Amino acid sequence: MARQIGEVILDLRNISLSFGGVKALTDISFDVREHEIRAIIGPNGAGKSSMLNVINGVYHPQQGEIVFRGEHRKDMDTHAMAAAGIARTFQNIALFKGMSVLDNLMAGRNLKMKCSFLQHALWWGPARREELAHRRKVEEVIDFLEIEHIRKTPVGRLPYGLQKRVELGRALAAEPSMLLLDEPMAGMNVEEKQDMCRFILDVNDQFGTTIVLIEHDMGVVMDISDRVVVLDYGRKIGDGAPDDVKNNPEVIAAYLGTQH
Amino acid sequence: MIYRETGQFKTSYAADQQIFPIRQDRIGILLLLAVAFLVVPAVAGNYWFNAILIPFLIFSLAALGLNILTGYAGQLSLGSAAFMAVGAYAAYNFQVRIEGMPILLSFILAGLTAAGVGILFGLPSLRIKGFYLAVATLAAQFFIVWCLTKFPYLSNNSSSGVISVPNVEILGFTFDTPQSRYLLVLSIVAVLALLAKNMVRSTTGRAWMAVRDMDVAAEVIGIRLMRTKLLAFAVSSFYCGVAGALYAFCYLGSVEPDGFSLDLSFKILFMIIVGGVGSILGSFLGAAFILLLPIFLDIALPALSDLLGLPFGSATVSHIQLMVFGALIMFFLIVEPHGLARLWQIGKEKLRLWPFPH
Repeated sequence: MARQIGEVILDLRNISLSFGGVKALTDISFDVREHEIRAIIGPNGAGKSSMLNVINGVYHPQQGEIVFRGEHRKDMDTHAMAAAGIARTFQNIALFKGMSVLDNLMAGRNLKMKCSFLQHALWWGPARREELAHRRKVEEVIDFLEIEHIRKTPVGRLPYGLQKRVELGRALAAEPSMLLLDEPMAGMNVEEKQDMCRFILDVNDQFGTTIVLIEHDMGVVMDISDRVVVLDYGRKIGDGAPDDVKNNPEVIAAYLGTQH
Repeated sequence: MIYRETGQFKTSYAADQQIFPIRQDRIGILLLLAVAFLVVPAVAGNYWFNAILIPFLIFSLAALGLNILTGYAGQLSLGSAAFMAVGAYAAYNFQVRIEGMPILLSFILAGLTAAGVGILFGLPSLRIKGFYLAVATLAAQFFIVWCLTKFPYLSNNSSSGVISVPNVEILGFTFDTPQSRYLLVLSIVAVLALLAKNMVRSTTGRAWMAVRDMDVAAEVIGIRLMRTKLLAFAVSSFYCGVAGALYAFCYLGSVEPDGFSLDLSFKILFMIIVGGVGSILGSFLGAAFILLLPIFLDIALPALSDLLGLPFGSATVSHIQLMVFGALIMFFLIVEPHGLARLWQIGKEKLRLWPFPH
């Protein structure tokens, strides 16, 4: 592989998050290096999605510090993170159901479009040129994900596997430098999973996008990720290369249970 | 003529992003506009202008405004009539208080005033959604009507808040015939409908729909919820405000605050529900349905009673009218919850394959 794993660009330090009395995350620290594929795994309810929500500012941790590209922050803000090039997909597909695939992807690029609503209303000059220029970019993503045939279809009518792919497309349309994927392969059959793996690896390889991934399919995780962090009950129980994690007794205990 | 796009290849994104990508549609809309601008004024009588066409266009505009807010941005509102009232009274005040104020500028300022009021009453949408928001906009409905009755200044000190508007005059031409008023309203509505269509097919509209469909995801891709929602309130109220100004100046001639009651707000809401939520065309279809159906029943029911030899009293006729009206609305909602616009779309899709559906 040509890609070079770079410096640490995202460093989470001692993050704790609770909802009322429920502790979702307790004192979690891990980092993400540029261009790597970083997996977060753990049993259900381990706090994996909460972790992603902390990274892109949907949740605000009570304790801890986040360092993103040298910038120290107490918590993140969704808009600032989108502007800084973090895009994500959701565990339960969060597409805009009433809009076509094309519109969903175009919406993904909204931050790059500068015209005001008055210019849009007139549809003249800059607004039109901007729309066409971004359409060209979006078509590249459509081409990359092989979804040309459904570009005008409302996403609500698409089958599940394709919706997952469109959601990846919406994230990619923003040309992110970091991509957070929350169970991109959940509920897919083997072929769909293979396709999705290929897309993820291609994105990582061709665009150098850093990928943080939550996934339950251990085969996939061990195959494609560079480093894996394991959570259980909101605590970090393992961190390292796939092979190390696989042989970590605590991780095995969390997944298979231990004999007492 | 066979309706299908076979052979019409798009070679540029510009061609693919037209409002009407299919040639037959483009010809159709041009024909429709030609008929509306050239043929209708020549053949329609005063009754048609005053009782059907002008109110139809004005209500289409108001429905379009509400559709932007409710259909596209997903914010339920019951205050459309109040925003129309703001538009009507604002246009009146600009007109009578400022000497030599051009009427079109008054209309625009009326729209902007309504937009400002709309933003104010849209602020609760930042915290609450759905039915709760609808109740909050209900406050606009009652508060604005109360203000217009309570403060004589707003109606230029006329008794009980009734305003009688001056004649509409543009560059020395007085719009005193129904025909000329129809053309004025038609032009304004056509332009505003085009602007609305442009907004909803661009980033602005996509942001509205994104907020409607999945607000968390919208936020994560960088859409600012507050700005998007308030913009929807502003644009929607602008449309309602202009509709209100036209309602006073080109349709009724004199209006009172109670004319802009909750009933009217509901009527506009029914228009978009029946016509199609989230569709520009639906606003027009819905307005036509809600306005024309009572008129049609008015004519059809007595004719029916004659035919059957049953002497209906006029009270019975009006009761039956209400019942049939209600039944038809329910029928439409059950058969096609997405409204007449969806029926039209399905019809077109069927037509594309006809007569070989396989």
